[in-house]
Amino acid sequence: MTPLINPVTLFFASIFTSNILLTNFLGTCSFISISKDWKSSFGLGMAVTVVMTITAAVSWLVLEYVIAPLELEYLSFIVFIVVIAAVVQILEMVIDRASPALYMSLGIFLPLITVNCAILGAILFMQIRHYGFVQTVAFGAGSGLGWWLAILLLAAIRERTEKNPVPAGLKGPGITMITIGFMAMAFIGFSGMIAVQ
Amino acid sequence: MNQIILGPLVVAGAAAALALVIALVDRVVNDYGEVTIDVNHGKRLYKVRGGSPLLGTLASQGVFVPSACGGRGSCGACKVRVLSDVGPVLPTETPYLSPQELANGVRLSCQVKLKKDIAVELPDELFSVKKFKATVERLDDVTYDIKDAVFRLDEPREISFTSGQYVQLVVPPYGTIKESVQRAYSMASRPGDSGRVELLIRLVPGGIATTYVHTALKVGDRVELVGPFGDFRVRDTSAAMVCVAGGSGMAPFKSMFYDMRERDAFPDKDIWYFFGARSSRDMFYLDELRRLEAEWPRFHFVPALSEPSPEEGWNGETGLITDVLERYVKDRIPRDKGLEGYLCGSPGMINACIAVMTRNGIAEGDIFYDKFA
Repeated sequence: MTPLINPVTLFFASIFTSNILLTNFLGTCSFISISKDWKSSFGLGMAVTVVMTITAAVSWLVLEYVIAPLELEYLSFIVFIVVIAAVVQILEMVIDRASPALYMSLGIFLPLITVNCAILGAILFMQIRHYGFVQTVAFGAGSGLGWWLAILLLAAIRERTEKNPVPAGLKGPGITMITIGFMAMAFIGFSGMIAVQ
Repeated sequence: MNQIILGPLVVAGAAAALALVIALVDRVVNDYGEVTIDVNHGKRLYKVRGGSPLLGTLASQGVFVPSACGGRGSCGACKVRVLSDVGPVLPTETPYLSPQELANGVRLSCQVKLKKDIAVELPDELFSVKKFKATVERLDDVTYDIKDAVFRLDEPREISFTSGQYVQLVVPPYGTIKESVQRAYSMASRPGDSGRVELLIRLVPGGIATTYVHTALKVGDRVELVGPFGDFRVRDTSAAMVCVAGGSGMAPFKSMFYDMRERDAFPDKDIWYFFGARSSRDMFYLDELRRLEAEWPRFHFVPALSEPSPEEGWNGETGLITDVLERYVKDRIPRDKGLEGYLCGSPGMINACIAVMTRNGIAEGDIFYDKFA
């Protein structure tokens, strides 16, 4: 049963009111480690957005035309992971060709997008919420942009806290976790305003 | 039953389809076609396949840029000045490049991927660099941790170099070391003896190449040498040479002294050679060099031990080599024709000696050295 939500509404909802990072806490590991640096955050956010949009669309097609007709739902996790891995592999080659500096600055986190739980999370949400194809693309792109927005916000905040007198015991990860907590509180305040399923 | 076959089949099919897509994208994205390397403003042009790092591509054309790590970006030796635009400097390069080098477009050739036509500048000496196939002819212990290795050159059979230059020993993968590495060693042999290369190799605990030479290498083994490299050489002036070495830093000086003696080169140059060691067991070539000193009036040999034990019966200088050097430079070495410093050894020793020399009136521009990294 495809939900009746308008794809455009879904797109904006998944950026702002149902941000995959700050309301579902998916993809937090690279969110914390890369947000030290604004430029890398920008690159990784873009990479996550691209991967999420493409993998959501490809996974929807695989789900709809291969897995569902053959009643192989129990294999969907494995197939989704394979799809993600392949898309990341391709993206890696393209980034290496287009921007070696971005490729180097993303380093290990580029291949690690494969195991970024936000990506698999978005695909599984798509599956359990029974989105249609257009909705899936809107949701994938929106969730990616939401992730991108969140990491840019955190990177900007961290650039400021870095220069401010933080109590010694809270330096580094401590103040970052608190920052993320505040950001999540702000975002969770909006959740439920628009139903995404 | 159907389900059991169908499941793996679907996963395998999906994986195969995606692998096909990856292979196709790889074909398109990583195909850089033929690119041209322009060396020294059009003097040499190489047409090569793009897609690989500059260092390896140049080596495939017979141009050997010095590299100690074999292209892993961990030694910083393979610097090359790139004149055309090859994209921003990578984070893997910045630690090895000074602000001046960055401004001049110097890059690590192992990190620059050839994607389009490129113009580079290479020192002319590099074109005399060759890769030699060689056989271990002799391998002797000169002290408990230094080996004197003599290699016979098989292909090409002769090397042309200046005393003080070095070669890179190519260490093949052995034991737990899975990758080939290259390490630089100064040649101790004379240029006149062009069919052989002699190296002094001190065992560095944990060192890949030195452990290989000390434990795995045997007489009769075949190895590869790349060289010659380096600009450490005797300057053609009449100033006296003040040479200081420690440990395997003996090598370039051995080559220089015996070469000068053989050809009676730079006849105006007096030579003072300070060799520092901790105790007698670190000292070597003592008799040989003392004999040379007795036969050759302008050569003065000053061996020094910093910690001789009383039972050794040491009759030479004692103290740190820098203190001995200072005593001599202050009033024992005639300075009427001027002084030049020549140093070879650990960075610590070299820096300390530079301090002593500049403090005693030798200009920094007249001090030449070969630092072990």
